Amino acid sequence: MIRFILRRVLGFIPVFLIIATLVFFLIRLAPGGPFMEGERHVPPEVLEQIRESYNLNAPLPQQYAMYMWDLVRGDLGPSMQQPSRTVSQWIVLRAPVSVELGFYSLIVALIIGLSAGIIASLRPNTLTDYIPMSIAMAGICMPTFVMGPLLVLIFALKFQWLPVSGWDAPAEKILPSITLGTVYAAYIARLARGGMFEVLAQDFIRTARAKGLSETRVVLRHALRGGLQPVISFLGPAAAGLLTGSFVVEKIFIIPGLGKQFVDAAFNRDYTMLMGAVLFYAVLILIFNLIVDVAQAWLDPRVRYD
Amino acid sequence: MSALLDVQSLRVHFPIVEGPVFNRRKSIVRAVDGVDLYIAPGETLGLVGESGCGKSTVARSIVQLVKPTSGAIRFNGQDLASISRTQLRTLRPSIQMVFQDPYASLNPRMTVFDAIAEPMIAHGLIKLSEASERVASLMARVGLAARWMRKYPHEFSGGQRQRIAIARALALRPKLIIADEPVSALDVSVQAQILNLIAELCREEKLALLLISHDLSVVKHLSDRIAVMYLGKIVELGRAEDIYHRPQHPYTRALINAVPIPDPTRKRDRAAVLLQGDPPSPIDPPQGCPFHPRCPHMQERCKQVVPPLEPHGENRVVACIRAEELQ
Repeated sequence: MIRFILRRVLGFIPVFLIIATLVFFLIRLAPGGPFMEGERHVPPEVLEQIRESYNLNAPLPQQYAMYMWDLVRGDLGPSMQQPSRTVSQWIVLRAPVSVELGFYSLIVALIIGLSAGIIASLRPNTLTDYIPMSIAMAGICMPTFVMGPLLVLIFALKFQWLPVSGWDAPAEKILPSITLGTVYAAYIARLARGGMFEVLAQDFIRTARAKGLSETRVVLRHALRGGLQPVISFLGPAAAGLLTGSFVVEKIFIIPGLGKQFVDAAFNRDYTMLMGAVLFYAVLILIFNLIVDVAQAWLDPRVRYD
Repeated sequence: MSALLDVQSLRVHFPIVEGPVFNRRKSIVRAVDGVDLYIAPGETLGLVGESGCGKSTVARSIVQLVKPTSGAIRFNGQDLASISRTQLRTLRPSIQMVFQDPYASLNPRMTVFDAIAEPMIAHGLIKLSEASERVASLMARVGLAARWMRKYPHEFSGGQRQRIAIARALALRPKLIIADEPVSALDVSVQAQILNLIAELCREEKLALLLISHDLSVVKHLSDRIAVMYLGKIVELGRAEDIYHRPQHPYTRALINAVPIPDPTRKRDRAAVLLQGDPPSPIDPPQGCPFHPRCPHMQERCKQVVPPLEPHGENRVVACIRAEELQ
């Protein structure tokens, strides 16, 4: 197992470098650039000088080589549009907010999703199956930019129970977490139902019942470990997505997270900031997928890595 | 004789609903349609019949995996349908089941130790600290090395897995074991080993055994008595020797004819009665004797009268109105 993890981590390096290369050139394919003549009316000579200082006038291969050389040494460079901090500093400043939001959302998603999915799977094709599953379907179909304002409308404006936006007081964190969590809850519910359904039909469940075990024990001890496997697989990329923040939710609730930073960087052609955010996201996905693979082996002894 | 297990006019019907919301058709599968049988303590009863005749449903309703539609199942004189849940829970360890397919019937995520120890701990028979010792002795009983107890089912062969399943069934010190096709998923070479193991354990522990198989030759050596099922009903029941050598019901005769003779040079001296066609559907069973559409001795009255199970000779019941004259 240790060898498997080590090999996978070594495998991260080429993947990471390929992503960096692709993103580097893709960004530069987009029209415009960070220091273009625009609404700010900066004299062209000054812009030229700024471009020179960021090496943007050098031939593309040379720019690429310099960026990669810095990257390998762990230097993501300064942010081109917000030069008060380096890209790394921005990530360190913004990511914790997104991670916190993602963490709460994940908890919301797991609690709602798992209980709905498991309850639905126990009595398939009855009302206790149809009702949670219809809600889940609706939850998947409803985008966060509808769900968020809807929740604000009901709980913040109509009943005035919760604040409309912000990210300081604990009460301000409830609506964003629910908004972001419900979409994932819906996916988890459907995956959990499918997985549990499949496992509950297996012969060894019949064996467990014939042993005379209580139904609770049959479900919790025999069915759950296998039934949640699809959820675990989904959780890898889902967790990475949640922790880096959904820029829609961050935008709706005015949360100073990485998601907002990411989108702003894309609009402003902030090359270095954009690169940094993408690479941070890539690393998170790689790590979470590895965690999922390890969890998979722990949950199913037939899965063996060597 | 006081019976350990007494099943009386057991019926298990499954309703099936087909078609869209409107124009819905409801029909009933009569999987088990009036079965009477008993098993004495320490006795082995073989239950044979074609696939789909309801053998497994009888077994599953005895261990309460499916709910009987009507009829009584008494264990040690207690009616399983009418006793309370707590009483049922204390009774459950006494009836244990060995399933057909050991590849599917063991939880792939639990070690052998977990699989065997779990029911004992769940029923409060032993403490966790004693489990390891008890599992080791059970594994030894079924011919497995105790050092394998931390392994998972996929690390064993089919025969070994069925040994695990048997150890698991024995763990609760049952009085009755129900083996539902215990060897049909196994290689021929290990079938005899497993059958002998089951027989030996039942003899030594004085366990009653309900041995279910579609193969009469599997059942005949181990059983004291044999019951033959056809389309949800028992058609003949008697001592194993009698059933095998002097079958009276035409269906039993056809089953025995279907047992292959392993020696190719031996002439097939018995008249080949081969059954034509498939068994009728239990959704729409034929009028009269359920066997009449395939019976070589069918007469007009077989189509009208449902033949009752009647005594024919000592310790034998047959459900055929022509049993006497066909002798």
